[in-house]
Amino acid sequence: MADNMNVTLQEKDMKKVGATQKVTGVFAKILCYTFLFLIAIIVLFPFYWMIISSLKTLAEYKLSVPTLFPKEIIWHNYVEAFEAANLGTLFKNTVIVGVVSTILSLVITVLSAFAFARLEFKGKNTLFAALLATMMIPGELFTITNYQTVSALDWKDTYTVLIVPFLVSIFYIYLLRQNFMQIPNELYLAAKVDGTSDLKYLWKVMIPLALPTLISITILKMMGAWNSYMWPKLVTNDTNMELITNGLRNAYSDASGDTNFPVQMAAVAIVSAPLFLVFLFLRKYIMKGVSRSGIKG
Amino acid sequence: MVESKHKWKAWLYLAPAIVLLLIFTVWPIFNTVHVAFQEGYNELSLIGGESTKYGFGNFVDVVKYPGFVTALKNTLLLCVLTVPISTILALVIAVCLNSIKPLSRFLQTIYFLPYVTNSIAIGMVFAAMFNIVGSNIGGEAELITTSGIINNVIEFFGGEPVNWINSGSSYWANITVMVVYIVWNALPFKILILLGGLQSVNKQYYDAAKVDGTSRFRVFTKITVPLLSPMLAYVVITGFIGGFKEYSSIVGIFGDDMGHSGNREMDTMVGYIQDNIDRWQGRASAAALILFGIIFIVTMINLYVSKKKTHY
Repeated sequence: MADNMNVTLQEKDMKKVGATQKVTGVFAKILCYTFLFLIAIIVLFPFYWMIISSLKTLAEYKLSVPTLFPKEIIWHNYVEAFEAANLGTLFKNTVIVGVVSTILSLVITVLSAFAFARLEFKGKNTLFAALLATMMIPGELFTITNYQTVSALDWKDTYTVLIVPFLVSIFYIYLLRQNFMQIPNELYLAAKVDGTSDLKYLWKVMIPLALPTLISITILKMMGAWNSYMWPKLVTNDTNMELITNGLRNAYSDASGDTNFPVQMAAVAIVSAPLFLVFLFLRKYIMKGVSRSGIKG
Repeated sequence: MVESKHKWKAWLYLAPAIVLLLIFTVWPIFNTVHVAFQEGYNELSLIGGESTKYGFGNFVDVVKYPGFVTALKNTLLLCVLTVPISTILALVIAVCLNSIKPLSRFLQTIYFLPYVTNSIAIGMVFAAMFNIVGSNIGGEAELITTSGIINNVIEFFGGEPVNWINSGSSYWANITVMVVYIVWNALPFKILILLGGLQSVNKQYYDAAKVDGTSRFRVFTKITVPLLSPMLAYVVITGFIGGFKEYSSIVGIFGDDMGHSGNREMDTMVGYIQDNIDRWQGRASAAALILFGIIFIVTMINLYVSKKKTHY
């Protein structure tokens, strides 16, 4: 881009200015690339270290001069990691909680966003503003009472407790409402004249048109289940009901004992892999969703 | 809009959301405030049916408790260190990325990777990188097998290895590790937002500066930063809000005990709340209200400053 500018400037008979800018331009570009590659290495290094460490023997990991590539590749670390931390059960729990809560959350979000975007009722704007205002409150404030509520309901150590309290997200309703509002109202009126029911219109017109937003919501919600730590830790005592992140930290955190670091790193790699796969295929939706949310998970 | 006689329909669509919100959002707001002002409120008094009197007792208890003061100090310190560092770094990276063409998208994808990670899982990788393996670390007759990849790099450049996170490590070594990890984790979102902002800046400003022969540094300070100020304000505000809720990244590195050898020296506000939830709900609620107050005030200050300084 800068090069093109310089070319046009030179054409405009500003050779001298153009030439000096071109020299500093090339210099700046080299500096830029060096800096960017350095950052890229720093960003990637933990991932690289995780993978090569997960394939080493414990003896090789403990060498005082580290090897940058395993001398002998030990795939067995992954098997051991899977068994040691009961990862199979944790995976199953996380997938069940993630899928069920995503589906239910989508249904609730679509219905509410539709009501706020298309229907007219008393107090609509006041209600919507009040809901938005609650987004300012840190989630920990709700957690305290919700913990009492679910204890009183005897929901501890069930899937219900991991799913139900987080089904409604004001942010997702807001996001989808904005998207629904962009769809011309005439379509809705025409459908009404034809006698199409609200639900059919929602299913046939609005949902297909708002699909990218719905995909973003799905991914963020799934990532949220995958990364949730605080709430599951609070409400599950039974290790068979834990989610992936809880099991991961607790199974290998024995700092005093002789931790098998390669196996630990293998477990970390197993847990990280699904997120990377999703990112690889759905990068666009994730980045779009994230740029509008600002909150991790 | 269309049929006013079907108003009940809207409420039908909203019903599932409203029922859940009443139970898990609206009720907690009232109850948490109520509990926070009930002196000495805890699980036992709840079961025993004891009624407690209203007052600021929980707040006094919380503030007097050294663990809370440590948590508050750590949270503020991490915020004050990580938000400016990550914002400035992200700004420089975004400006560089915006000025190049080949490899730009590829690098952008790489920079986004830390975002799609589990902060506890990758925290464990950082812990492994800073960890010294051996016996009696930090004590007499220390026996080091490997001093960790970060220390290896330091030694390679002729420096002295540091005890970063093992027992006996210093407070500032711990803070340094946390700052490195949190900045690493915070960069993707900030780069994404700032780059998006840069790409929507009108090219004419830059063309005009070029014709005038303005230096790159002046272009950066006089054009880029002012035009980006709404996005900068946005990443700073969200950065502070996220920073005040720092918790899982510390669990990732130090474990549930929030510090080496379980001393909770790295505890944060959210860590304190989490630790008190099942026994001292009164204190937890008071701490949550204090956290909300801090976030509210900081957000208002940020909004006020950015309103004065931001060019839209």
